[in-house]
Amino acid sequence: MPHDPDHTEPPSDPALRAKALETILTEKGLIDPAALDALIDTYETRIGPRNGAKVVAKAWTEPDFLDWLRTDATAAIESLGFGGRQGEHMRVVENTEVIHNIVVCTLCSCYPWPVLGLPPVWYKSPPYRSRAVSDPRSVLAEFGTELPAETEIRVWDSTAEMRYLVLPKRPAGTEGWSAEQLKPLVTRNAMIGVEEAARPA
Amino acid sequence: MDGLGPIDPEPEAEEPIFHADWEKRVLAFTVATGPLGLWNIDMSRHARESQHPADYLRNSYYENWMAGLERLLVQTGVVTPEELAAGHSAGPAPDSLTAKRLTPEQVTPVLRKGGPADAPADAAPKFRAGDGVRVRLRHPSGHTRAPGYVLGRIGAIDRYHGDHIFPDRHAMGEKIGAPLYSVRFEAAALWGDDAVGRSAVYVDLWEPYLESVQ
Repeated sequence: MPHDPDHTEPPSDPALRAKALETILTEKGLIDPAALDALIDTYETRIGPRNGAKVVAKAWTEPDFLDWLRTDATAAIESLGFGGRQGEHMRVVENTEVIHNIVVCTLCSCYPWPVLGLPPVWYKSPPYRSRAVSDPRSVLAEFGTELPAETEIRVWDSTAEMRYLVLPKRPAGTEGWSAEQLKPLVTRNAMIGVEEAARPA
Repeated sequence: MDGLGPIDPEPEAEEPIFHADWEKRVLAFTVATGPLGLWNIDMSRHARESQHPADYLRNSYYENWMAGLERLLVQTGVVTPEELAAGHSAGPAPDSLTAKRLTPEQVTPVLRKGGPADAPADAAPKFRAGDGVRVRLRHPSGHTRAPGYVLGRIGAIDRYHGDHIFPDRHAMGEKIGAPLYSVRFEAAALWGDDAVGRSAVYVDLWEPYLESVQ
C-alpha cells in the first residue's frame, strides 16, 4: 500500500511488497522481467569500483590524463568507456599532502555509478549523511583514517547532478609501478574519501 | 539531524552489492520504469521524501525507493491503491505506455546515455568565483535541493558548473535551467564553535537559492 504521509505505518514485508509491485507492472505490460535481469547483471558484474580504480591508476601514471581529469573529468572518464546514468557530470577532487576530500549526499544517495557502481549501505545511511558534513573527522576515524590536524578536510555534498570522485594520494613505495600494479591499491572507500589508498604489501 | 549513532560500515571486501534478492528487483523495476516518461528524477526524489519522516528514517534504502515508486504510480493513475493491495493488475496499461517498455536490448544503451541535467538559463550567471553569497532563507512546501544546514549561511562561490535543470520546478514537471555553483562554506560558518579542525563543506547550489553579500 502507498504510505499515507500523515501517519506512520507498521513495516510490511518488503519482499512480498516488491513481488506484488513487479507482478502488477509485468501484468500491465510496463516492465519486461528479462530487462530487469539485464539491469541487475549490469550492476552486479559490469559496473563497479574497478572502473574507478582504472581511472585513478591512469591518473597516477599519466600526467596528461591527470590534466584532462582536472579540466574535463566527464570527457576524460568517458574516454575509458565509463559514463551515462549517474555519471553525466563528473568532477574529480584531488587529495594532496594538505587537503583530504570526502564525498557525501546529505539529501539522498547521489553517487557516481559508472565509476563506483551502486553505493554501499553505509553511504546511504542517516548517520553517515548527517555526520560527514558536521563532524568529518569522527567519520574518518570510524573508517580507521587518522589525518594530521593541519590537513584541511573538504567535504563535497552532492546536492545537484554533479558527481564526485576522489583521487587519492598515490601511496609511497610505488615508484615505477605500472597502472596495472597500482589498480588493486585503489579501494572504493578511497575513491569516496573515507580512507586513503591501500599501502603496498 | 543528530543522534543517529555510529555508521558501523561493513568492511568493503565483505559487503555484497545487494543484501536480499528483493532489493535487486526494486533497483531494476525502479530504473526500468523511468523510460516510461511518467516522471523525472526530481519527482522521484520528492516522492521518496514525501513519506512520514519516521517511515523514511526507519525504512531501508530500497524500501524508500519502493514507497516512492508506489506513490508515483498511484499519483499518475497508472496503478490503483486497490491493485497494490491485491498484488495484481486489474487491467493492462494503455498502448501508449506499453510501447515505451524497456527491452533487454535497450538496457545498455539507455544506461550509457544517461540523463544529462544541462539546461540553458535565461540570463548569464550572476556570481563569479570568490563572490560571497548567503543561502536564502526559504522553506518551500515542495521539493528543494538546498540542504537545511546551509540555509541563511554565508559561503563563497568556488566555481560555476554551467546551467542545470532547477530541481524545485522540475519536481512540478517544469524544465527550466538556472546557473549552478559549487559554494564553499567554512566549517565554523556552519557549526560555530563546534566545528572541528580545518574543514570546509562544498555544496552545489542553484542561483535562485543564493543572494549576494558584500
